[in-house]
Amino acid sequence: MSTTATDPRMSGARRAPPKGLSLSWSDPRFRAIVWQVVIVGLLVAGVWYLASNTATNLEERRIATGFDFLGRTAGIPIGEHLIPYDPSVHTYGRAVLVGILNTLMVTVVGVALISLLGTVVGIASLSNNWLLSRLCRAYVEGMRDVPLLLHLLFWYAVMLTFPPVRDAISVMPGVFMSNSGLKVPLLIWENAHTGAALAFLGGSVATWFASRRATAIQHATGIRPAVWPVVLVGLVLLPLAVWALMGAPFALDIPVKARFRFNGGATISPEFTALMIGLVLYHSAFAAEIVRSGILSVPTGQWEAGGALGLKRGTMLRMIVLPQALRVIIPPMTSTYLGVAKNSSLAVAIGYPDLVSIVNTTLNQTGQAIEGIAIIMAVYLSISLSISLFMNWYNARIALVER
Amino acid sequence: MATTTTHASVADRAQPPMLVAGPVAWMRANLFSSVWSSLVTLALAYFLIKFTVGLIDWAFLKSVWTVPTDPATGKLNPDACRQAKGEGACWAVIWDKYRFILFGRYPYEEHWRAAIVLVLFLGLFVVSAMRRFWRPVLALIWVAVLVSIFTLMWGGVFGLRYVAQDEWGGLPITLILSTFGLACAFPIAVLVALGRRATNLPAVKLICVIYIEVIRGVPLISLLFMASVMFPLFMPVGLNPDKLLRAQIAIILFAAVYLAEVIRGGLQALPKGQYEAADALGLSYWKKMGLIILPQALRLVIPPLVNTFIGFFKDTSLVLIIGIFDLLTSGKVAVTDPIWQAFSTEVYIMLGLIYFCFCFSMARYSQSLEREFSKSVRR
Repeated sequence: MSTTATDPRMSGARRAPPKGLSLSWSDPRFRAIVWQVVIVGLLVAGVWYLASNTATNLEERRIATGFDFLGRTAGIPIGEHLIPYDPSVHTYGRAVLVGILNTLMVTVVGVALISLLGTVVGIASLSNNWLLSRLCRAYVEGMRDVPLLLHLLFWYAVMLTFPPVRDAISVMPGVFMSNSGLKVPLLIWENAHTGAALAFLGGSVATWFASRRATAIQHATGIRPAVWPVVLVGLVLLPLAVWALMGAPFALDIPVKARFRFNGGATISPEFTALMIGLVLYHSAFAAEIVRSGILSVPTGQWEAGGALGLKRGTMLRMIVLPQALRVIIPPMTSTYLGVAKNSSLAVAIGYPDLVSIVNTTLNQTGQAIEGIAIIMAVYLSISLSISLFMNWYNARIALVER
Repeated sequence: MATTTTHASVADRAQPPMLVAGPVAWMRANLFSSVWSSLVTLALAYFLIKFTVGLIDWAFLKSVWTVPTDPATGKLNPDACRQAKGEGACWAVIWDKYRFILFGRYPYEEHWRAAIVLVLFLGLFVVSAMRRFWRPVLALIWVAVLVSIFTLMWGGVFGLRYVAQDEWGGLPITLILSTFGLACAFPIAVLVALGRRATNLPAVKLICVIYIEVIRGVPLISLLFMASVMFPLFMPVGLNPDKLLRAQIAIILFAAVYLAEVIRGGLQALPKGQYEAADALGLSYWKKMGLIILPQALRLVIPPLVNTFIGFFKDTSLVLIIGIFDLLTSGKVAVTDPIWQAFSTEVYIMLGLIYFCFCFSMARYSQSLEREFSKSVRR
């Protein structure tokens, strides 16, 4: 339009002429530059002062610097390791790796259990059943108002009140509870099991494709073809057939109680158990609150609309309310997961060999505190970054598509 | 009679609606509304009753409250507790150790000073929670109370005996770490939150973003380790601040980041018009922030701020790992006494109750504030 094109306000003719940077305190740009120079200068000076102090101190105390110690033989005995580890052979580097894997395992198992328990308690606290919802509220209040460290110490103390191995309690055949942990049977793994697992994996892929195709057909014709035959064949029959064809081996390594120790079976240590119970009880209370407030954030009209369509309460929750609540739930849940990863470091207080506890031993032995703490911080920063990147991706995926 | 009116027999008359009010109706609506609901109620009620009966049995009926002193050794004789082990609680350990748990290694005959400190702290919290004291004078009250708390703890003046800092312990340490930490972290947090939103100062913004993201990505323990093993290396040779101060600095740096993010939420939630109106009045940056923006933004985020406070109150317990004598540490040390070694559960339960009382009352307070604020918004 010609009128807008000639509008003097748009043409720039009436705009103030561009001014050069004047060296005057009344020029905001000049002030901004001065302030930044002052602040950055102070920061650099402070860091330089601390660094020079550190250099002097290190020299005076004859502490070595650098990461050479990672290549030396560690000699730290570690009770639980996911990869082979022998203190007399392996290096500090490997010990740190064992710690990282332990931390990751605690985080992954913890996050899974916390999501599960948190969702159940969060939904149950909105139940119509007065007793159930009251108990869930009490659970949340009771668990989250006590420090996590106290949780850990308490559950560890409880774990140690179990009788010694000699009088271990047999929970059910092959499962024993004693003050040195939980003993469970272990499946003796053979090729047939690997084959069955691969078949199961293939079946899952087939199920995924089948359900996609079913959704596409449902969108096109309104009739959803049955998916269950694919599920039955892919997830149950095919793995079973593979396992049977390869000889159907099934042998359990059942722990047998000897006089002072167990032979065979797998051990879940009291440290790990106490850490898991503490982490899950504490954080699931927060997760439950997040789920509850997410569900409450969905307008009542959505429930009523679902009811008008004749859906059952469970279907409404699954198909209508939860997908919408998820958008509110994801961001705070991300913080909870980050909190679980960081709080798994409290394992050091009860002697579970996580990253912090192993690095702590390392820096006590080598005296190289700066390098040790740098390792801890670098690992946790990467874990935190990965979790938040993944959750941001997931959040973007489920976000409401707006016009 | 020509016309006969037939009355329905009593049994055929419509019964008055029986179950619309009263306890029976309430139970039908809330406990037995469907088959599933009834099953859940019955199962929960069964476990609840069983648990409560067991708890009362353990904590009160079969528990041991005191144990006699062994005349031969002059020490307590915990045999009664050992006999009740597994069936009843041994509260005698609390009775014996409560002063150690509350005050740690603080000299026994000076415990009254630590007790006054606790009362001062509680008074400070109560006064700060009352809205009629939300005036500038509150800052003066805080300074005065904190000064008198440190005077009482240290002593050395007014005829009080000097108590070195490494003899402090117990609940006063927990309260000092959390209260003093938050009081110092708060101004830093405000500055960092403002810095992160200062778009015309890119260098300052970058520094604030890095500070926030790095500290938020690492566990508090790593900062405490840093304070306990790296901090001495940072200082000039010969200067070595005591352990409590170092841990306090780590907690302040940590708390400031989380508070800053909460405050940033408040700054973002404020309508843009408020910023523009302040600019239109020609106010300088600090006047704009101090008089217009911050008072409104902080008010918006009081409930999440209180939640952050609760988190930090609990997180101060982590100083146990670097060996500072807070409430949790003194509880843990109390049960290393050979007599009481087997009775740590009772002590941890008592510690849990203390922490619970503080956190629960703060949470309730935050909820009541939230209700009050939402009332004024809705109006």
